[in-house]
Amino acid sequence: MSDSPAAPSRTKASSVKAALAGVSPVPGAPKPDAIFIGDSITRSFGGLAAVDVSHLEVQRGSITALIGPNGAGKTTFFNVITGFDPPNTGTWSFEGSSLAGTPAYKVAREGMIRTFQLTKVLNKLTVLENMRLGAQGQSGEGLFRALIPALWRKQEDEITARALGMLEQFNLIHVKDEFAGSLSGGQRKLLEMARAMMSNPSMLMLDEPMAGVNPALTQSLLEHIKELRETGITIFFVEHDMDMVRDISDWVIVMAQGSIIAEGPPSDVMRNPAVIDAYLGDHHDVALTESGESLTDSNVSPTKSEES
Amino acid sequence: MDWLTVFQNSLTQMIGVSAIIYCLAALGLNIQFGYTGLLNFGQAGFAAIGAYAIAVTVATLGWPLWLALFFGILGAIIFALLLGIPTLRLRADYLAIVTIAAAEIIRQVARAVSLNDYFGGSDGISGKYAADWYALNPLPVGIDTALIRFSRNDLWVVINGWTLVAVIVLITWLLMRSPWGRVLKSIREDEDAVRSLGKNVYLYKMQALTLGGVIGAFAGVIFAVAAQSVQPDNYSTTLTFFAYAVLILGGAARVFGPVVGSMIFWFLLVFVGQALNNAVKAGYISSSILRPDQVGQIQFMLVGLGLMALMIYRPQGIFGDEKELALDER
Repeated sequence: MSDSPAAPSRTKASSVKAALAGVSPVPGAPKPDAIFIGDSITRSFGGLAAVDVSHLEVQRGSITALIGPNGAGKTTFFNVITGFDPPNTGTWSFEGSSLAGTPAYKVAREGMIRTFQLTKVLNKLTVLENMRLGAQGQSGEGLFRALIPALWRKQEDEITARALGMLEQFNLIHVKDEFAGSLSGGQRKLLEMARAMMSNPSMLMLDEPMAGVNPALTQSLLEHIKELRETGITIFFVEHDMDMVRDISDWVIVMAQGSIIAEGPPSDVMRNPAVIDAYLGDHHDVALTESGESLTDSNVSPTKSEES
Repeated sequence: MDWLTVFQNSLTQMIGVSAIIYCLAALGLNIQFGYTGLLNFGQAGFAAIGAYAIAVTVATLGWPLWLALFFGILGAIIFALLLGIPTLRLRADYLAIVTIAAAEIIRQVARAVSLNDYFGGSDGISGKYAADWYALNPLPVGIDTALIRFSRNDLWVVINGWTLVAVIVLITWLLMRSPWGRVLKSIREDEDAVRSLGKNVYLYKMQALTLGGVIGAFAGVIFAVAAQSVQPDNYSTTLTFFAYAVLILGGAARVFGPVVGSMIFWFLLVFVGQALNNAVKAGYISSSILRPDQVGQIQFMLVGLGLMALMIYRPQGIFGDEKELALDER
């Protein structure tokens, strides 16, 4: 990468850091310029309260990580706020407009575009067609206008040009005519992210973008996420591996058993006893290294990073 | 044994009225199932609506044919909405159950004794209700060659039928290379992904179900006009499953799949039946093995066997793309 895009990158990242410096690291902390605000969002399955979030704000332009052990309710929370899963209670707003009860496709049109934990590429469409689908406001997507190519041809060409540029950026240009189903797991993650970017989101919501991706590609994914932030969009992502989060996020929100138990800059959160408890259970101070098997399960890896 | 007649009959049926009817039904299913992934098992219901709209409007009410056609289309749209509103938000299998039941409801209502005055019960409605349309036939005579043979009226139906097929194929082709078609194919692959990109999946599924249903109604219209009669039992689930066989034979999600599929299907069906019949009559097959009245069953068994072989050795159908199918196994 040349120096010129890197230069504003520092200003974007640092301005967000500066804005978040004054925020007190407590659960539900108000942010100076919140793009997303949620209140008393609950979702239960039978007797189990999967999500019980009393207040949550996401700073505009930040990379905010939502972490927590397996089963903490992170993905369910994502599903609820993007309209894929109805909540039991709760209100939330995005860019000032209320989105509670809004169907998923309208949430996406508002600029909240999500990806999925189990990558959802459209297998029998080519990579380029996957990308084209992401573009919003296509006149050729109406049944009757679709019959007259003259009405959408020009827009289609513009979308294609943009898609090709985006594929270049995500290192997928060489597979543009392949079926998406023939891509590797990591490439699918990239494609899904690139396709989401075709929608011009103001907040990109990534559900475990690094899951199942090899370490080399993880690095490039992290770089992509950082670059995306420089275009001015907010990134809100779910992850359960703390190590991934430390490097790129400006702010970390920790969920456990459905509720937010901690918030703060990554370095602070990692040291928070409540967080360590949530990840390791109450007995973490006893024989940390000997209980190796439970450690790999919980994915917090003070010992793992030392081993590697 | 008269091979020439066997071939003549087979070739005639290959491009005959039945092939057109099943081709139209399969063209509708292609939009619903092939492109959008909607399991509509009630295509016979849509066809019945088209057929009865013609028969009831013209024969019972005495209104003009063009109005009957309009009612047929309108009826198919209403039927699609009735089926779609409760089920399209649910998983795909629910639509399959609801459509198969709804099509049977239509058939049972049509053959109900208490509605005899309107629908003619199990005998259906017959009469010269398409006479005005046949009067438009400019052809002086039918066609009678060594390869095909049509009566004057049948030829008129066949020409118009295939023209209709051509128009629908053209529309399908235009739609499926448009962004609209792209959304449909994406819904077939993963509707949540499409939703997450800001597309109203429900609306698209409804459009696909309706459009495919209207095309299915045209199958019934051709059936009613060609036969000059409608019988409820022609619109049983068999019609739907034959249409599926035609679609899968030709290759789902291929514009020409239903056209070639129905031609091959009808050629095979008639050829096997006629050949067996002739062979039994000529004594090539001893009547201790096969009696003439058993030919009908054996005919379907053999065609079924052929379809099975096709699914084993060419599961993507005639036009399908092997590479595309291989993606399913990943």
